[in-house]
Amino acid sequence: MTPLDSDIAHLLAGSMVLVSFLLLYQDRMFALLNFFAVHACVLAFSVGWQAYLQRAPHLFITALIALLFKGVIIPVALHRIVVRLGIHRTIEAVVSTGPTMLIGIGLVALSIVVMLPVTQTEGAFVREDLAFALSVVLLGFLMMITRRNAVSQVIGFMSLENGLVLAASGARGMPLVVEISVGFSILIAFLVVGIFLFRIRERFDTVDLQALDMSRGESSGEAA
Amino acid sequence: MRSGWPTQLAQVILVLALAPLLTGVTRKVRARLLRRRGASVLQPYRDLLKLIRKEVVVAENASWLFRAAPYVIFATTWVAAALVPTFATGLPLGAAADLIVIVALLGTARFMLALAGLDVGTSFGGIGSSREMMFATLAEPAMLMAVFTLSLFAGSTELSSISAFMLGPRAGLSISLALALVALIIVAIGENARIPVDNPATHLELTMVHEAMILEYSGRHLAVIEAAAFVKLLLYLSLIACVFVPWGTAVAGAGLFRYALGLGLYVGKLALLGFLLSVFETAIAKMRVFRVPDFLGVALMLGLLGTMLLFVSRAPH
Repeated sequence: MTPLDSDIAHLLAGSMVLVSFLLLYQDRMFALLNFFAVHACVLAFSVGWQAYLQRAPHLFITALIALLFKGVIIPVALHRIVVRLGIHRTIEAVVSTGPTMLIGIGLVALSIVVMLPVTQTEGAFVREDLAFALSVVLLGFLMMITRRNAVSQVIGFMSLENGLVLAASGARGMPLVVEISVGFSILIAFLVVGIFLFRIRERFDTVDLQALDMSRGESSGEAA
Repeated sequence: MRSGWPTQLAQVILVLALAPLLTGVTRKVRARLLRRRGASVLQPYRDLLKLIRKEVVVAENASWLFRAAPYVIFATTWVAAALVPTFATGLPLGAAADLIVIVALLGTARFMLALAGLDVGTSFGGIGSSREMMFATLAEPAMLMAVFTLSLFAGSTELSSISAFMLGPRAGLSISLALALVALIIVAIGENARIPVDNPATHLELTMVHEAMILEYSGRHLAVIEAAAFVKLLLYLSLIACVFVPWGTAVAGAGLFRYALGLGLYVGKLALLGFLLSVFETAIAKMRVFRVPDFLGVALMLGLLGTMLLFVSRAPH
């Protein structure tokens, strides 16, 4: 592996972290969906590059799944859902953008601090990849925590999953079966969430998940 | 190092001579993209000449600060621009003053400009100064973070060494460099009052920042401040060219042909960057003033992220 090869792998994995930050920064629905598509495409490139470096053909399939499912199908489907729900105007974040970004930076620092000593015995290349992947996962969690809207929480969940795939592709050795089943389970989770979105809206007239808290408060009040 | 002085002198003159032309070119390109004919690319020179000949009108309650500020602003900006290697590296002044000095000089110029805006006591000047300071609190650390990323990467804060490092075989592709570049571009746009942050062609509008501070200036004072603004734009573009596209820059002690080549390439790089700037400005709408801290905050975040990721990639293997 030449230095340029590993530089490109590093660049792609680092871009994943960057796009995760861009996801955190977006406060419009469609922009969020578009950036999620970009996130998946960068993941596909990153995994594809790993496949080329490791001479591992099955990783190409993973890349293809990422590109097709997460880069095209899910964003387009979410696009339609957003239009049908009529929520394409705003996203309200629980924490505003500035502090969110700062927390995000803290999470990246945390994942670097955690990953570098733990994987001391591994090659430099795997360590970097794992540190980046952990950052992407943590940023996905952050996104799910800071957003109130159900659709943006779904995006957070999907970006978290992208981080897992990034980790798996770097660590040479997630079997293809696992890979595909994870891919499909994500798709099924997406379907279930999609149906739930409509159920939630039917019931509460909104996809703002704070409505659920209120509902819980009411029911406990009745029980008492 | 004795051979460096003619280069240094040539550079000091070059940055001043080219700066209005660069602004003229960006205005022309922007006008053409908007399907206007636009003024000649030499118009900034004519404006400066006209302003120098005109009478100076100073407000009654202006202090000495108001008169002194334009010259301080111009001098610090000019010195800072002369420190950035343009067509040749190995400048004798560059060894004495590194990137951090450049940031400090620009900070001094900004400080004086804000003071001058406040001095006369008009409301416009005050608004402009307070906004400028609000942006500066984010833009300056962002610039410093980008500088730190570059310095950690190249192992030096001196621009000639960074430029030489980038040309060398050890540079390679790095996410940190890309982040530093984007951060630097955002800071450059913010600092030069270009479109998403401030509109350089506006007057008497509530959103203006830079123009609000210099509203009270006239005559040669205004000419000097305008010239400083031109030089500042040239400085940022030269900085980006010097660090990220260093190819063709003549090294100290090279032949005359290499110097000529370096000069030609430098003018080409500037023209290209100016063109890209105009295209970007045409494609984007101006932000609300209160969105600008978010925009500059992104630059700060990118700089911070770049520095951190550098520790991952440069961790002991």
